[in-house]
Parts: sequence; structure tokens; C-alpha cells
Amino acid sequence: MYAQLVETGAAETSEKDREFQEKIDRGVRIEANDWMPEGYRKTLIRQISQHAHSEIVGQLPEGNWITRAPSLQRKAILLAKVQDEAGHGLYLYCAAETLGISRDEMTAQLLSGKAKYSSIFNYPTLTWADIGAVGWLVDGAAIMNQVPLQRCSYGPYSRAMIRVCKEESFHQRQGFDIMRQLCQGTDDQKAMAQDALNRWWWPSLMMFGPSDKDSVHSEQSMKWGIKQNTNDELRQKFVDQTVPQAEWLGLTVPDPDLAWNEAKGGYDFGEPDWSEFYEVLKGNGPCNRDRLAARNKAWDDGAWYRDGLIAHAEKQQTIAAE
Amino acid sequence: MSKEWPLWEIFIRGQHGLSHRHVGSLHAPDAEMALKNARDVYTRRNEGMSIWVVESAKITAFDPDTAEQNFAAPKSKVYRHPSFFEIPDDVGAM
Ligand SMILES: [Fe+2]
Ligand SMILES: [Fe+2]
Ligand SMILES: [Fe+2]
Repeated sequence: MYAQLVETGAAETSEKDREFQEKIDRGVRIEANDWMPEGYRKTLIRQISQHAHSEIVGQLPEGNWITRAPSLQRKAILLAKVQDEAGHGLYLYCAAETLGISRDEMTAQLLSGKAKYSSIFNYPTLTWADIGAVGWLVDGAAIMNQVPLQRCSYGPYSRAMIRVCKEESFHQRQGFDIMRQLCQGTDDQKAMAQDALNRWWWPSLMMFGPSDKDSVHSEQSMKWGIKQNTNDELRQKFVDQTVPQAEWLGLTVPDPDLAWNEAKGGYDFGEPDWSEFYEVLKGNGPCNRDRLAARNKAWDDGAWYRDGLIAHAEKQQTIAAE
Repeated sequence: MSKEWPLWEIFIRGQHGLSHRHVGSLHAPDAEMALKNARDVYTRRNEGMSIWVVESAKITAFDPDTAEQNFAAPKSKVYRHPSFFEIPDDVGAM
């Protein structure tokens, strides 16, 4: 999802580990100063920082359309949405910092390409309809994933998720609203919406990560209460919720295998191209290089400003001390 | 004349999973005493499972007189609320 393929390492079984597991099983939240297994700490740092990086990098595909939004109101709305994502990144970085990693360390990991972020943000936003599709599908998928994370066993992460979830509904709705307006517009506008759905559908399904049978770390994460649902469960929920919305819009989901399965009370659907997913994670998606270059440029270009503010603060302290 | 103890602001986590919330303040000579006093003053009926103390003088706040200008901007940004977008009922949960 926003954190994909998060490694957990192997679980240990000391007395302390057992007590910890009992706490988790009783549904007690873990806080920063509580004892925790190293594997739990490291897994959370990986997951929360990856989630934070995704929020930050996720600003880029949408930011691409701020200056070209079709009206002043759409521009203000998109600006507010992207601003929210920056906030989500900050809540999450702070939650990760409670586990003993510094903000600069995390930033360095992102900028060097060592840290991962969600595969979805390595796809380009080619038309205005993509902004609709991203809000509707990508934020929609993010909500699916983030709602259960509100009950994550780690207190600071769960509380950050509660804040984030409150803000996400606006994101998905503004996206759907863009799609709706295009679909009720001219033939060309509707074709643009269909084209965006065609390009974003499969990458959105990939956001949930590979099937659980291929997801080696899922089991430990679920035992630790870091993860509540399997990747496949969430993907199924997403498809079941989204397909009727596509139909409502009069759009066609680009999956020939899509069919309602009365027996299971959900849709059957095709398999995403996982080789594409792994290529994108490796850095070979359409926009990986652009995204990293943009983050590095922002960091480098902002250096004088960060340094200037610190210099000012230090000067004020010296003056106050005199 | 002896020196007055500084004032401390007290934050308590009432239940696991919740964030610490401000409950009040008290005087104490140092942080450790502030913690102990806070435990005795504010959690006599099991109201807490964790306490934070912060010296009141270390807290920075806006001047209340500037509240109008500080918090005015979001009032015009109604689109930040999901209810701004009308989603027909038959579209389903969103
Ligand atoms: Fe997001
Ligand atoms: Fe977000
Ligand atoms: Fe969002």
C-alpha cells in the first residue's frame, strides 16, 4: 500500500517477547517508552517512514496540475488537497521519530533512493482527468488501507492515522467530483475520464501489494497488530466498492475478467501485472527518476532557507542571553 | 524570602491508545517532583496511566488578541470539508 513489502525480520521468543505479544493480543496500545522487540521497532520504522515518504512524494503527481487546473476553484481545491498530503507526511515522520530514527536520517534514505515509497506515485499525471482518477482511486485505496491502521498496535501511528483518515474523505470526494463532471460533459471529456481510469486502474490495485501467498512479511506484521487485513482482503474490498462507482459514472473498468460472483458476494477480477509492480519498485517505473530528482532538488534548493532560519534563531537566543 | 517554585503544566494519558491531555497545573521545584505531585494531585482515582510535565514558562502560545487573524483563513476554505462535494446516495460509501 503506502508501505509495500515491509520487511519484519524473524520473531524471537524470550520471556519479554512473550509478554509483549500478550499485550498485543489483549489489544493494549504500545507507546514510545514501552519495551518492544527490536524487530517490531524496525518494522514500524520501515513502514511508517515508507508511508511518510509516500505522502511527500505523492504531492508531485498532483502538484503537476496546480498551475493548470481548469478553474480557480479547482485550483484552490487541489492546492488544499496537496497541502493535506504534506501534513500527512509530517504527522507520520513525527510518529516514526518516536521510535528513535531522526528526520534527517529518513530524508537521507528517501533522497538516496534507499527508502521505498508507494509504487503508485511513479506514474505520470498526463491529463486533468488523472487528477480526478488519483483522488477517486488512489486516495480511495489509501483510505481502505488507512482505516484499519487506526487500530494499529503502535499508539503514535494509530493516532496519526486517525487524523489522516479524517482528512482523506475530502480527497476522494474531490477526485470523484472531477470524474463526475467530466463524465457528464462532452464526449471528449468523457473519453478523457475513461483514458485516466484505463491507466490508473491496475496501478491502483497494485497499491495493496502482492497476493498474501507471496507476501512473506504479512504474517508477522499481523501477529504484531501492525497490519489488520491481508493485502487480498483489502484489494477485494476496494474492487467491490469501486466497480459500482465506475458503473455509476458510465465508465468501463479495463479488466476483461471482471465479473460479479454471487456466491462470494463480491467481484472476481484479473491479476495485476506483478512484473510491472516489481520493476516500478526497483526504480524502473515511468517517473521514478523524475520523482527522486524533484525531491533532491527541493531539498538542495531549500538548504539556504533552512540554514538561514536556524542562524536567525541562534542569533535571537544569543541576544536574549546577553 | 524563599524562592517560589515554578509552575508546571500537567498532561495525562487517561487510557491506553489515547494522547496525553492537559488537565491542569501545579507548582514544583523540579520535573521529578512535578511528576510525583501530579500523580498525587491528578490521578488519585486511577485517571491516568502516563503523565507528562512541562514547565509553564516553556510553553509558547499565540496572543489571544490575534486569534481572529490567526484562525480566519480556513473559514473561507469550505472545500476542505467532505460535505462540500455532493455525492449522490446511490454512488455508495465515500
Ligand atoms: Fe495520500
Ligand atoms: Fe494522505
Ligand atoms: Fe489523500
